[in-house]
Amino acid sequence: MSPEGGLTWTVYDADNMTQAEIYGFVLSELGKTNPKIVGLSADLAKSTKIGKFGEKFPDRFFNFGIAEQNMFGVAAGLAKAGLLPFVSTFSVFASMRAVEFLRTDICYQNLNVKVIATHGGTSFGSAGTTHHSIEDLSIIRAIPNIQLIVPADSVETALAVQACLEVQGPVYIRIGRGFEPRVYQTDQYGFKIGKAVEMKPGTDLTIIACGAVVYHAVEAANILEREDGISARVLNMHTIKPIDTEAIMKAVTETRRIITFEDHNYIGGLGSAVGEIIAESGKGCAFTRVGLPDQYTPHGYPEDLMHYYKIDTDGIIEKVRELLGKEFEKEENWEDEY
Amino acid sequence: MSLTEQEHKELRKIAKKIRKEIVDVTQWSGGAHIGGSLSMTDFMVVLYWKYLRIDPKNPNWEERDRLVLSKGHGGVGHAVILANRGYFDFEVLKDFNQFGCAYGMHLDSRKAIGVEASTGSMGHGLSQALGMALGARALKKEWRVYAVVGDGECNEGSIWEAAMAANHYKMGNLIGFLDRNHMMIDGPTESVMSLEPLDKKWEAFGWYTQLIDGHDMPKICEAIDKALAYNDGPSMIICDTVKGKGVDFMEGNPAWHYGGLSAELAEKAKASIDKMYPDIP
Repeated sequence: MSPEGGLTWTVYDADNMTQAEIYGFVLSELGKTNPKIVGLSADLAKSTKIGKFGEKFPDRFFNFGIAEQNMFGVAAGLAKAGLLPFVSTFSVFASMRAVEFLRTDICYQNLNVKVIATHGGTSFGSAGTTHHSIEDLSIIRAIPNIQLIVPADSVETALAVQACLEVQGPVYIRIGRGFEPRVYQTDQYGFKIGKAVEMKPGTDLTIIACGAVVYHAVEAANILEREDGISARVLNMHTIKPIDTEAIMKAVTETRRIITFEDHNYIGGLGSAVGEIIAESGKGCAFTRVGLPDQYTPHGYPEDLMHYYKIDTDGIIEKVRELLGKEFEKEENWEDEY
Repeated sequence: MSLTEQEHKELRKIAKKIRKEIVDVTQWSGGAHIGGSLSMTDFMVVLYWKYLRIDPKNPNWEERDRLVLSKGHGGVGHAVILANRGYFDFEVLKDFNQFGCAYGMHLDSRKAIGVEASTGSMGHGLSQALGMALGARALKKEWRVYAVVGDGECNEGSIWEAAMAANHYKMGNLIGFLDRNHMMIDGPTESVMSLEPLDKKWEAFGWYTQLIDGHDMPKICEAIDKALAYNDGPSMIICDTVKGKGVDFMEGNPAWHYGGLSAELAEKAKASIDKMYPDIP
């Protein structure tokens, strides 16, 4: 079934285009109406698909070779000159190799630079640990001024790329390698930076996920409902920063059980961001974070890695069943604890 | 734009005042990067008072030339120069480095008037300058971009990433100044990390490279004129300088990369600067 929507390019052949391809395509379309947009690559124009923009606007596209630090510094200078730079490289390089340039040149000066970081999480599977970006959310989240978005699929990527133009300041969009299944059939679901999307209503617990894991969270919730009669709410927390506190607190008070899933080290990313809100609220809530354990990843196809780390449909079902068996103290008199 | 004798004297007079005020601000602030500020003073004065197309009363004038202090450790010198050039009142520098002051060790472009880029961490400014130069080209603007790089800063790999890219894109609107003061925090550059032959390195990276006495104002003007006339690619003017120039007990002493001054020592420093300018009262 073809996706439907008002902005034809955002759903342009979304079944056949990967997240990255969609991003390159959308950027090319936006470039037609916004002459300030410039594209920057570090010898990954083809891999990150920003090359699609470069093909259309060769005068507004700069390749810096395999030199990410310089690329991020140049982006700051271009923004200072009044242009709107989109910088693309693998997330592992954007968040680590060049991060001080992103932080000092772009975020410290609060410049209007958009980073499209591809191959996030374990999505570059067989490339192995050097190319698995399992620390990026934690690192970027700690940098002031920048907003952090992890779109669930290619439709949401298209929407995020458009929406980030409205933000005056740096935005980091973390996408996968591009073979992730599509979640959305339409782009008319009210995407808004900083607002979680309720993918499925539910009352027994809330599953919060981001990125490619959202697809599996929805699948798992449907199976849990059918097989176990469990009513699981699913939130697509596409914006990690600023996090949607309201949606989290609503989940705390209405479902009292929350479980997060992410393709990232379980430390510092989505789960940590959600956990901080819960802990500071003072409300009782059974809570589990599921991500990659604090260790380096093996080689393998992304689907095998997701299965191994229990962030695919089967893993989510297993972890949710575990959480439902988890006891937590409901009475408020804890005197017997001392 | 060769320098007339009168102009030369005027610029030296300004440089003398700036050197003394760098000493003052260093004393008031409790400590600052004085050595590298004194080494860059002469070419910075030539740039700010003779070459840069700027309007200090309209610091965001779009057509202005941009100067990026890539060697951000020259913050105190840059701040004194900007104040003297009319960007802001020198009085604010009495609170240099203090909580709430817009001016401190490494200048913040969002707060410090006339500062084009926040620098301080080494190896960042040249890339930002390159971005501004590429921006000028993309926007069909005439402004030029000047980047002041430190010699120790040339240890940073990112400097050479930017050098490669500036040549690749043939940035004729980008002129670099390299403050070759031969000293870094841990000692002489050649003992900490060898840089020589530095001019050959920049040449090999495709930059039109000149090596001059960085305290000789007429020579600085000649070099800038040549760089301005060269539009086929980026230019680098390596200014051979003395760290701490003008203050005898600081000259060539890496201990004065950063330091504080007592009132007594500040007076001694200013007396030494007076000796550097016997013809200027």
